Parts: sequence; C-alpha cells; structure tokens
Amino acid sequence: MNTEYLILAALVLPLLGAIGIALAHRAPNLREGVTLATAVALFVGVCQLLDPVLAGARPELVLLEPLPGLPIAFRVEPLGMLFALIASGLWIVNSVYSIGYMRGNKEKHQTRFYVCFALSIAAALAIAFAGNLLTLFLFYEVLTLITYPLVTHAGTEKAKQGGRTYLAILMGTSVLFLLPAVIYTWYVAGTTDFRPGGILPAGMETGTVMVLLALFMFGIGKAALMPFHRWLPAAMVAPTPVSALLHAVAVVKAGVFSVVKVIVYVFGLDTLAGATDWLIGIAGFTIIAASVVALHADNLKRRLAYSTVSQLSYVILAAAILAPLSVAGAALHIVAHAFGKITLFFAAGAIYTAAHKTEVSQLDGIGRRMPWTMGAFAIGALSLIGIPPLVGFVSKWYMMSGALATDRFFVAAVILASTLLNAAYFLPILHRAFFRPLSAEAAAHPHGEAPLPMVIAIVFTAAATTFAFLFTDDFLRLAQALVAGGAP
Amino acid sequence: MSIAAQLPALQVALPLLAAPLAVLLRHGGLAFAVVTAAAWAAFAVAIGLWLQVGQLEAGAAISYHIGSWAPPWGIEYRVDRLASFVLLLVSGMAAVVLPYSRASILREIPRDLHYLYYAMFALCLTGLLGITITGDAFNIFVFLEISSLSTYVLIALGRDRRALTAAFQYLIMGSIGATFIVVGIGFLYLMTGTLNLADMAVRLREVESHRPVLVALAFLTVGISLKLALFPLHQWLPNAYTYAPSAVTAFLAATATKVAVYVLIRFYYSVFGDSLVFHDLPLPQIMLWLSLMAMFGASFVAIFQNNLKRLFAYSSVGQIGYITLGLSFASVNGLTASVVHLLNHGVAKAAIFLLIGGIVARMATAANRDAVPMLRGVPADAVSPEPTFDRLAGLSKRMPLTCFGIVIAGLSLIGVPGTAGFVTKWYLIIAAMEQGQWWLVGVILLSSLLAVAYVWRFVEVAYFRAAPEGSEKNEAPLAMLIPAWLLVIATLWFGLDTSFTVGTALDAAQELVKNGR
Repeated sequence: MNTEYLILAALVLPLLGAIGIALAHRAPNLREGVTLATAVALFVGVCQLLDPVLAGARPELVLLEPLPGLPIAFRVEPLGMLFALIASGLWIVNSVYSIGYMRGNKEKHQTRFYVCFALSIAAALAIAFAGNLLTLFLFYEVLTLITYPLVTHAGTEKAKQGGRTYLAILMGTSVLFLLPAVIYTWYVAGTTDFRPGGILPAGMETGTVMVLLALFMFGIGKAALMPFHRWLPAAMVAPTPVSALLHAVAVVKAGVFSVVKVIVYVFGLDTLAGATDWLIGIAGFTIIAASVVALHADNLKRRLAYSTVSQLSYVILAAAILAPLSVAGAALHIVAHAFGKITLFFAAGAIYTAAHKTEVSQLDGIGRRMPWTMGAFAIGALSLIGIPPLVGFVSKWYMMSGALATDRFFVAAVILASTLLNAAYFLPILHRAFFRPLSAEAAAHPHGEAPLPMVIAIVFTAAATTFAFLFTDDFLRLAQALVAGGAP
Repeated sequence: MSIAAQLPALQVALPLLAAPLAVLLRHGGLAFAVVTAAAWAAFAVAIGLWLQVGQLEAGAAISYHIGSWAPPWGIEYRVDRLASFVLLLVSGMAAVVLPYSRASILREIPRDLHYLYYAMFALCLTGLLGITITGDAFNIFVFLEISSLSTYVLIALGRDRRALTAAFQYLIMGSIGATFIVVGIGFLYLMTGTLNLADMAVRLREVESHRPVLVALAFLTVGISLKLALFPLHQWLPNAYTYAPSAVTAFLAATATKVAVYVLIRFYYSVFGDSLVFHDLPLPQIMLWLSLMAMFGASFVAIFQNNLKRLFAYSSVGQIGYITLGLSFASVNGLTASVVHLLNHGVAKAAIFLLIGGIVARMATAANRDAVPMLRGVPADAVSPEPTFDRLAGLSKRMPLTCFGIVIAGLSLIGVPGTAGFVTKWYLIIAAMEQGQWWLVGVILLSSLLAVAYVWRFVEVAYFRAAPEGSEKNEAPLAMLIPAWLLVIATLWFGLDTSFTVGTALDAAQELVKNGR
C-alpha cells in the first residue's frame, strides 16, 4: 500500500473517530465501540508502516505551507515509528480501561472525554511523524491545548488550579524557550527539517550551541526537566485514564521523544560533543531529587508522578551522553517506561474505583482483595526498578553500557543510586499490599476487584511489560536504526 | 472602455452611492439590501483589483485618473500591492459584518434608526476605502473625515446612553487628530506645491532637510497615531469599542485603526522615504518604546477588565503595539509582520466582537424576553446589558459554539501555532533576530503570555464557573453565528495556509522598502 496514504490515515483516523464519538453521544455503547474500533484500526495502520521503515524507507507527506519554505511535513523515521507504535498501541488498552473507569466512577461529560482523548492521540501521532521543527512545535502546542479539558475534567476549583499550572508551565516554557529556539534554528540553518547528523551549520560556537540546547531542553516542558516539572503533579487531579495518557501514552512521551529527536536530528551527536555536561548534571539532579520527593509522597498518584519526573530524566540523561548505545537506550526507555508506568497508573485507578483509596498508607493488605491488580502493580514496579527479565532492565542495561563506554562514572553512579531509590519507594507499597494485615477500618468495608475491563487492561499491560523483554527485537532494530544515522 | 479599467473608481463610488439611497429609502430592510449589495460588490471589485495588481511587475501600480485629469493636477487613485491588500481587508470585513448587522442591531438600535445605520455604514466604508485607494494627500483628509464623522454617528447609535459620551470623546480626539493631519499636509503642500503623493515624494527629495518637512512629519505622525490608537493616544478606543453597537465595534476594530496604520506606512515609505523617517530621526526608538508600552501596558490592563468587550478593546491597543513594533524595525521582515498583522488581527478581533455581539443579543432577549416587540422606541436612557464576567458564568453550557469561537480567535491573539497570530509573531521575531536584538525576542514572547492571561480569564469563567440555575442552551441566532464563524475559520486558515496573506504582505513590504530608499 502507498505509505503516503498510511501516514495520512494515521493522522486522520483519530479525527474521524472523534467525530464519530461526538455523533454517537446519545448511545454510550456505540460511542465506546467507535473509540475501540478507531483505536484498533489506527494500530493496524501504524503497524503497516513498521516494515517499510525497518527496511530503510522514510515515507513522507507534505501538507500545507504556513510559512514560505516551511511546510507542515511528515516523515516517518525509526524514533517516530517507535513513539507512534506505543501511542497507538496503548490507546487500545487505555480505551478498554477508560470504559471501566469512567462507567465505574460515573464520571460526567464522558463524550467530551473520549473526543478529546482521540484528538490527543491524533496530535501525538502528528508529533511522532513530524518532519520538521515547525510541524513538531505546532502539534506540541495542539497537544497541550487538547489535553487541557482532560486535565480539568472534574471541573472543580482544584481541577481549575491544576489546569492553570499545567497550561502555564507547558505554554510558558514552549513560548518563551522552544519557539525562539525553533525560530533561531530556522534563522541560522535556513531549514527546520529533521536530518540525520543535524542541520546546524558547521562551526557554531560551543557557547551558542549550549544556549540553543538549553532553550530546547527547557522549552520542551513536557519532558519535565527540573525546575519545570511541577505541571505533572498538578495534573494529577485528572481522572486516572488521563493520568495514564499523560504519563505513558502521549504527553510526557511526546516530551522526551522531542528531546531525543532534537538531539539526534537537529543538533547531531557530533555537534553537541562537549556541550551537554550541564544537561547531564541537571538531568542527574532531577532523577535523584524527584526520587527523593517520591519517597516521601503518601498519595499514590503523587508518588507515581514524581517517579515519572525521575524516569523522564533518564531518557534525557541517556540522550545527553551522546554515545550511540545510550541513545538507543534512551529510545528503549521511552518504551519501557510507557509499559511500566501505564500498568502502575491503571492499578492506582483500579484501587480508587474498587476501594476509593488514594494514599499509600491505606493500602495495607489490599493485595489479597485485589490480587490481579496488585500483581500487575508489582510487575510494573519491578520493571521500573530495572529487574530482569522485565523490559525496564533492557533500557537500563543500554544506558549503563553507554555511560561506561564513555567513562562517565557520574552517570553510572546516578543510575545506580536512583535504582536503589526506585526500590525504596516501590517496594514498601508491595510490602504493605501483600504482607501487612488489613486495617480495621478497611476490614469493615469489603470490596473486590475493579470492574472487568479495567482488570483486563491491567493484566494486559503487565503481561506486555513481562513479554516485551522477549519481543524487543523490533524495538531494538528501530533504536539501532536511529543511532545508525538513519541510514538503512 | 471596459469595466475592468474602471474598477478603482467603482471601488469607492459603489458604497458612496449606496449611502444616499439608503437614506432616501427610509426603510431598514431595503437599506440593508442596498448597502449589503454595495459592500459585496465592493468586495468583488477589491478582488478584481488584487488580481490586476498581481499581474503587474513588482513595484508597479494601477494608476487611475479621476475625470481623466492627469496627475499631479487631477486626483489620482493608485493601487499597489499594499493598497489592494488593505482594500480586500476593509471590503471583506464589510461584506461579512453587514449580513450580521441585521440580526444584531435589531436588539441594539431602535428600529426607526436602522436605515441611518446602513447609510452611515456605507459612508464609513466609502471613507475607509477612499483613504486606502487615493494617491492624493488632501483626498486622504477628505475621506478620513467622511469615515470619522460616520463613525461618530455609528457609535452614538448604541442604545446605551454611555455610547453618547464615548462618541463625543472620540469626536474630540478624532478631530484633534484630523487637524494635526491636515496641518501636516498643509506644510507638505507649502514645501512642494503639490498634493499628489508620488509627485510630493519626488519633490521632497530636494528639500527634505528643511525644518517645515520635519514639522510636517511630526504633525502627521501624531495625528495618524491618534487615529490608530498608538499607546498614549489610545484613550478614545476602549470606551468607543465598549459602548458602540456590537456590529460597529467589530467593523471598526477590524478596519478603522488598520487603515490609519496604512496611512502611516504610506506617508513614511511613499512620501518621506525611509531614510528620513528611520535613519535621520530617532523615530524607530520612539516607536519601539511606545509599542512595547502598548504591548505590556494595555494587555496588562486588559487582564483586569470586568467587561468582556472592554477587555478585548484593551487587547486591541496591545495588538496595535505589535503592528507598530513591526514598523519600528524598518526592515522587510518587520514591515511584513506589520502588514500581515493588519489582516491577522483584524480577522481574529472582528470574530471575537461578532461573537460577543451574539452574547449581548441573548442577554437582551433573556432580560426582556417579552419586551422584544417593544424595542421600537425604547426610551433613550435604556441601558443595554453589559457582558460582564459575573453574567458570563457557565456560558459554555448555554452558548457552546460562541464560546468555542472566542477561544479559537483568542488563541490567535496569543499566537498559538496553527492560528494567524502565530505567523505575525514569527516574522516579528525574525525581524528582531536580524538586528541582533535578542532582548526584544524575549520581550515579544513574554507579551504573548499576557494574552494567555486575559483569554484564559474568559475560559475559566465560561467553562468552569457554575451556570445560574435553570439556564438552558440558548445559542446565538444563525444569522449572527455564521458570519462570526466564517472569520473564526479564516483565523485558522490564515494560520495554516499563508500564500495569500504572507505572499501579498511580503511583496508589498519589499516593494515599499525598495521604493522608499
């Protein structure tokens, strides 16, 4: 099939789905059917692109031209393929889960929720396939705006406040830092296309490169580099499926994806040599500091949110090392974190739906009442800690190898220290859930597992976390194609 | 002689003829038909002129001699790329706003005055088109007065009594501005002995260091700045926009200040030449700082307004700051930003005011649902409902399309990519980078965050505050929604496909800078 149409289909399908969802607002079953059908169709479509991309093709599609010489263009390369696969694949699971969650909690405005969700996926795919910085920036902003109604879904004062922080930080950083970075790139390079090896003219001063890199790294606020990470915990007020969307499917993934994409295709690994030490420092600090905060958070979702902040900086850190091995590790960690974190959030939402519990300290003995959920939680947590044979181990292995290959022992130390911290904030949850007796208060309120669709979704993602280790071949090949300079 | 050659004359003559016809007919419906037909015809003529200009080589212009008197003795109409762009904007806005008017003024203007509204609208349109198309300095003043006087009437037609003081305030300020302009033109005539702009430019080369020329430049700059509401001279604008009937506000916001900017560009580049204006005098610095004050001061004041119309009126002052900021760079990219923002801001702001008109109309009907037939001969002291924030709580439930439209057009004011405002911002920043003014890049970007603040004030009130009990869906009438949404879609379209906007603006800017040297 013509790959150009496949790209177009991948972008248009979720839009059509959104329209279908809006039209079917009176018939919830039909509406959810449309969501699921669109998600499946989209995933199948995206998968069709995988083989050509692995074979070295780089399908392209050019739409309008908003500025002379700067079209809205799409070009599928390995990293984008990776992100698109995750986003479209997890959308299916997330939809199944959403149905259980939204119905189980009798949420209002469900049509708006599903419509915005579908549109977010469309924006995420457009980011994944973006062929130049302008397109990336355009859909990056679209994703911010379209997720805003999701974050503020509850419509309460707290949701409004959370929405404010969310918008202020993401919009503020992107307008103040990312936009000038994009325009400056265009100004000095005369193009914003993503090209293997970078597009910046040779001979730029290291100081200028560092400033530009800083503008990009802090401008991509979705990657949550400290001190611009506060939007993530603030967005915790959203319903859990939205948190999963933010943390695993689309938003933060769009952030770290953009980071890797910019480092590889705008700067090029060679241009950056010697200009990333400060970034390694800040990413390392973010990893440790966020882990420490997570350690002290009693609210389960808050703990997970800070864990995300920390995990995102792994990707930035790995990319900033600039060694091919670690960049591949960065790409893989996007996948690993997606599977692990979505499982954890699904579990948190299941606990809330079934038991109405939000704090870690309330979870004593819950593992016996919700064995499937908490079992999945355990798998997700162990994967993020990096224990083999789970997928989180693979990415950490690559990152470690890259760090050691370039003699960056500071990085190795950070990774080791944070692994311990990860264990320190995840394992007590498991200990409470499985080994402590039920509290008297909890014993008085019996409950069972979460609704079936939620359990199915949780078990599925946990299984994926387990087995992805066995099937990482495709992901690995994509990651290796990324660092092989994009050459087939 | 083919009709194609007469287009420049028709551009002004059609709306000019429609005005007295509307008065003679003395009937709201018939006047509406005549004036709307004239506006649409004017729009068609403007398209025709744009096509004709596009076929000329760069730097050339259509020259039309009124009564076949050759310039510089006779009056010349002159259409170059910039003029055709502004003609399109003005006539296009009239073509969209007029159909909207019918449903809108029903609730805002006493019925026996409707025919006057259309007559005045036609005159205002005539004046604005005339200013743009003419190549004669005194003619500019005449058309300026035509448009200004009719504007005062249009503002005063609002049912709200405060519209009278707003119109009076504008009358005083506008007259001072017009006087400054005519004094400036007088000095130029004194020094060159001609009123034809092109001829004037040639003769000025010989005398440009003389003090009267500088005085003329000063008078013209101040006078025109008053009309375009440059920062400290903007005092008339918030009241005029707030209390004028909604359709009038939308039309004025999109065209009146924009045409004044056009006149400023015309005098700077086509008469004085940019070396005098931008290199020998500290005008760029002055304009830069005034623009920045507008961008920050007015936008900041906008955040704290309680009346939605007034909020967006202050936002207009801020947005005009972007236009003059582009001028202050004195470069092709800066000028492109200015010219393209004439349209980008005009379309977005008109869309917002049209949508607010829908809100006001629904408030009026809700307030006196049974009294609508009695709107005829409403007592003059009736105070029309104001779109204050406390009345907009939960508006998205009642008027979802209206609210969503305001949000999208608001995104364009912020400059979110994918909207027209982004294109302007892009060129402004490139212009600042070209001159190595890095601090200015940051300042421009910071100012757009102020727009986020005031647009989001509306979002939070309309979407998050609880609607009053018992309110049900009550969307604006389609006759008002369709024109407004046409402009909303245009805002998005001109953010994604800029072959028309940037294409024309860039050509016009290059032409001006080349001819101005």
